[in-house]
Amino acid sequence: MLSSYLTLAAILFCIGLYGTLAKRNAIIVLLSLELMLNAVNLNLIAFSKYGAIPSLTGQLFSIFTITVAAAEAAIAVAILIALFRARGTVLVDAFNRMRR
Amino acid sequence: MDFFAKIAWIIPLVPLISFLVLMTLGRGFRKAGVWIGSIGALGAFVLSLLVLTERLKPHAVDYSYNFSWISIGEYSLRIGFEITNLTALMLVVVTLVGLLVNIYSAGYMASDERITVFYSYVSLFTFSMLGLVLSDNLLSFYLFWELVGVCSFLLVGFWYARPAARAAAKKAFIVTRIGDAGLLLAILVLFWNMPGHALDFTMIESVFGGQGGVITSGITTLIALLLFLGAVGKSGQFPLHVWLPDAMEGPTPISALIHAATMVAAGVFLIARTFPIFEASPAAMETVAYVGAFTAIFAAVIALAQNDLKRILAYSTISQLGYMMLALGLGAMTGAIFHLFTHAFFKALLFLAAGSVIHAVHTGDIREMGGIGSRMRITAWTFAIGALALAGIPPLSGFWSKDAILTAALTQNPLLFTVGLLTGFCTALYMTRLFVLVFLGKSGSAAAHAKESPRVMTIPLIMLAVFAAVAGFVDLPWSGWLSTWLSDEVITPHASIVVIVLSIAAGVLGIGTGWLLYGRGKTTSRSIANWMPGLVKVAERKFYIDELYEILFVKSLRVVGICLAAIDTYIIGGVVKLTGAAASAAGRLGLRLQNGQVQTYGVAAVLGVVAIALVVIGRRMLS
Repeated sequence: MLSSYLTLAAILFCIGLYGTLAKRNAIIVLLSLELMLNAVNLNLIAFSKYGAIPSLTGQLFSIFTITVAAAEAAIAVAILIALFRARGTVLVDAFNRMRR
Repeated sequence: MDFFAKIAWIIPLVPLISFLVLMTLGRGFRKAGVWIGSIGALGAFVLSLLVLTERLKPHAVDYSYNFSWISIGEYSLRIGFEITNLTALMLVVVTLVGLLVNIYSAGYMASDERITVFYSYVSLFTFSMLGLVLSDNLLSFYLFWELVGVCSFLLVGFWYARPAARAAAKKAFIVTRIGDAGLLLAILVLFWNMPGHALDFTMIESVFGGQGGVITSGITTLIALLLFLGAVGKSGQFPLHVWLPDAMEGPTPISALIHAATMVAAGVFLIARTFPIFEASPAAMETVAYVGAFTAIFAAVIALAQNDLKRILAYSTISQLGYMMLALGLGAMTGAIFHLFTHAFFKALLFLAAGSVIHAVHTGDIREMGGIGSRMRITAWTFAIGALALAGIPPLSGFWSKDAILTAALTQNPLLFTVGLLTGFCTALYMTRLFVLVFLGKSGSAAAHAKESPRVMTIPLIMLAVFAAVAGFVDLPWSGWLSTWLSDEVITPHASIVVIVLSIAAGVLGIGTGWLLYGRGKTTSRSIANWMPGLVKVAERKFYIDELYEILFVKSLRVVGICLAAIDTYIIGGVVKLTGAAASAAGRLGLRLQNGQVQTYGVAAVLGVVAIALVVIGRRMLS
């Protein structure tokens, strides 16, 4: 049972990673990040249920992660809106001011 | 008793202080500069004179003082100064000529913008030359030897705006450098072979002079020849004589001081100081004698065909230095020093008088002169005294010193005696030609407006003329006072009627021939050239020595230099450029990586993680 959950989590993580690194739209990048976080959550819960020493710690941890992810998403979207107002775009490759 | 000998170390310091003060003055304070330079020279002269008078007392003991300069383990290097009869005599010659040249330059250089700089260089030179004379060991001798070389370089190139002066300064420096290398090698060989690595003259004298056996004869000859190489470079002997005529590009007072009276005589002085080494090696003595004799006749023949006033005198200096070398090679050290002593006066006189002429007519070409004698009486008369002294006409000084050398030659080597006589004949001939063309005859193109030089220039001329006339009396053939005083041995008077008669005959014959050839005002050098074209042409071109060196050394060295420069540019420089190019290429690559795209960085990070993971997994699977 464990391996199918882990496989699903790995697939989700890879899709998220691909989206984060390859997509130009900052909103899609944010969504992909959430996907990666959720892949991690799935891992934590799978191990807390089917791991060598099952306990509630993993599930508690995933709730924390969801909370933090929610806060993170809120801040990230706020920054994105501010960026869009300032620069008129949400394409990530336009945000390369740090280079100079 | 020997109070002044004990404080002799002050003598070189006086001109050194003048030099330092003059350097701080820069180009300003023209009047004060002349005074400071001259007072420094005067102070040194007075002190030297006091030292000499002290030495004249009977049974004066040599005084030397030295201190430990560097000590390395057991060995300690000592330097100091030494007062002997020879050094005391040299001190007086150097400071006296130096003082007169200082006074003379006040007139000669009066209109020069950099007269203060000129005086500072002259003071530095006087300091170095006095240090050289006083040195009690070869190492400090070498230091001062190089210092006088530098001063010569600075003063030959004093009018550095003229390309010829720059070239001459470089040539003088580089050619004497060859000799200096010989001297340095000699010092190194001595250092290795002397007991206790001693380099002082007293030790050299005791090792080579008496016992011997400590150093093998082969090494002795090697050291002597290397020392002689140093002397050849400095004293303008063949084959390193080429720099001295070119050095005449410098101001004339400098030609008188450095390139006639003092610095060029340093080579003779060097051999005189290290004479025990030469005496221990017959082969080296023979080399010295033959090189000296050849230089004497060779330079005299060249002087016959030159047309520049100062160049004739320069070749004459080379010839007379050859005479001194000849004397040294024959073992007549006192004869050489005697000739050095008289030559310093009459040659400095000739140069200063020539400078007076050049100052008046603004050219050095004797073909444009003529008839100056009636316009510049003092210059003409003093020049005549100098010329007669050089030609060896009794009772002027040159006669007596040449006589001492020729007497030594007659008893030992008739061939060298003949060469000496021939040189005497040529000397009289070219001096007559010079005097007739410059001072007598019809007024030349440049001589029309010549006026006598100011008194500040003529007074040194008169004083030098007095010395040139009477300096010979210190060592008459039948008294030998100077020889006895210099060598601390009783020398039997060496008067030889044959030598006296032949030497006078050579001088008179030379003057007579010169008068016949040039005195009528009809015969010019052109008609002689028609009469025997080959010889005159060759002598006029200085036996093509300069051209030979140009092909042999300058051109070939230039090829080597071009090759080395190519190696430097393309191989060494190429490696440097490659290193730089590699660094900047790495930089450009890094710049491309840092493009500001967070996603690119993310890809790199992920690739890194994947690589690490692959390595960890791979290792686990292999083990």
